[in-house]
Amino acid sequence: MSFTWFHRLGSPPYVYALAQRLTPWLAWPAALLILAGLWGGLVLAPPDYQQGDGFRIIYVHAPSAWMSLMVYTTMAAAAAVGLIWRIKVAHAVAAACAPIGASFTVAALVTGSLWGQPMWGTYWQWDPRLTSELVLLFLYLGYMGLRAGIEDTQRADRASAVLAVVGVVNVPVIHYSVTWWNSLHQAPSVMRLAKPTMAASMLVPLLLMLAGFTLLFGALLLVRLRAEILARERANPWLKEALAR
Amino acid sequence: MKEFLDMGGYGAFVWPSYALTFAVIALNVFWARRALRRAEAAARQRLAARGGP
Amino acid sequence: MSAPAVTSLANAGGTALAAEALPVTSLAAAGLALRRDLTLALRKPAQLIQPLTFFALVTMLFPLAISPQLSQLRQVAPGALWAAALLASLLALEFLFRDDSQDGTLEQYALSGKSLTALIFAKTLAHWLLTGVPLALMAPLAAIALGAPTAALPGIIAAVVLGSVSLSLVGSIGAALTLNIKRSSALLSLLTLPLSLPVLIFGARATQVAISGGSLIAPLELLGALAVLGVTLAPLAAAAAVRISLE
Repeated sequence: MSFTWFHRLGSPPYVYALAQRLTPWLAWPAALLILAGLWGGLVLAPPDYQQGDGFRIIYVHAPSAWMSLMVYTTMAAAAAVGLIWRIKVAHAVAAACAPIGASFTVAALVTGSLWGQPMWGTYWQWDPRLTSELVLLFLYLGYMGLRAGIEDTQRADRASAVLAVVGVVNVPVIHYSVTWWNSLHQAPSVMRLAKPTMAASMLVPLLLMLAGFTLLFGALLLVRLRAEILARERANPWLKEALAR
Repeated sequence: MKEFLDMGGYGAFVWPSYALTFAVIALNVFWARRALRRAEAAARQRLAARGGP
Repeated sequence: MSAPAVTSLANAGGTALAAEALPVTSLAAAGLALRRDLTLALRKPAQLIQPLTFFALVTMLFPLAISPQLSQLRQVAPGALWAAALLASLLALEFLFRDDSQDGTLEQYALSGKSLTALIFAKTLAHWLLTGVPLALMAPLAAIALGAPTAALPGIIAAVVLGSVSLSLVGSIGAALTLNIKRSSALLSLLTLPLSLPVLIFGARATQVAISGGSLIAPLELLGALAVLGVTLAPLAAAAAVRISLE
């Protein structure tokens, strides 16, 4: 029974209709969670013992960073599925992920930089985490650049899928090798998101934001996925009825 | 209210961070919807060009 | 295989591989491809010199941009050397698949029924012999120009030899993905550089250790590990990418 459901996920009309129905169920809860998280993080949570009110950047920085990594993983997984089983919908998912992931990587880098300046006295640090995040941005840009450079959609799907999968292998290698490099050069400080044990009043808004951003990704993905499916289905008859809805 | 905006002296860092992140969210929503609109228009055009049912 | 046979093979492109008359295993086919690439490339020495000239030029940028003092250059020497090597190898990557993709040989390879992975590996090996090895031989000159002590040179050569293997392998993936894309040099760099960063990091570390006179076993082992990882995975990915690009 579950196998049939999985099978149907490979069918563009089914996925298109499902995406259309599901989007509001993700978008509105996302908005609510994010608003609740904002209220909790900006108003209710007490100032941090060490960082004062500056720590509140975490409520936008951590979810952005989470997004950058989660979206890339989703993209790579979808790309792998599309490559191995030749499922068009999977390639459409991967294509939809990239611009979302890239923009949140930028957000993560910039908010992190703005957090770093007052806290650690520098806008930038070549420590493993920041460097890996920057490389992640380049991987997204490379992925989108490759897609843009190939005109044939099917070829673009498959070529960028190879790149996404190779990139996934690269991310831990980069992080590991930069850790090695840093341990050689003895990096001056280690970045921490916050004190290891966060008070509930601080933690709960963060969890709300993380959940809200995740659902937001889902909603954005579904909207972009529909666009990607439409582009790939050309003038397939089922589109007529689907577009009328 | 002023303390809220001031953020304990960190206001110049906190508020731009929030502004940027929400700009990214807003842009994502805008771009996603625009991508869908354009794809729908293009699909309708292709279907019309193809002719009848 | 006799010299005339290799020459005629080189002239005929890959069609000989597709011919049923020659009972050729994938390994033998890869050997032929290797010899073909070497033969063809050695006819155009100007093309081989370019990446080396570029390497020398980039190396020269550092004393001009930073400081002519060797004592100061010595500190940036590892990074400068590897940045120059990376950029030079990127330049050389343009030649890896270009000619074969244009004259249809690559398609013949894909259709030949022999393992495309093995053939791509052979091409990458030829490319490394033609660009990576000369780069490794030039690296000591660049290192001395940047203030490295002569005692460091054997270690630097070893590091660049190993590192250039990985650079050629990783580069073959980017080159395969950007086949047939017009004006793809920037995109090729964008795709290849992130994948090459571990080589840069470990290579610079090895060079640093060589300059300061420490034990090179661990850094060279790391570079070797990357090379092994590259040899096992990169030709597979590159072959998949070539097939996709040829569709």
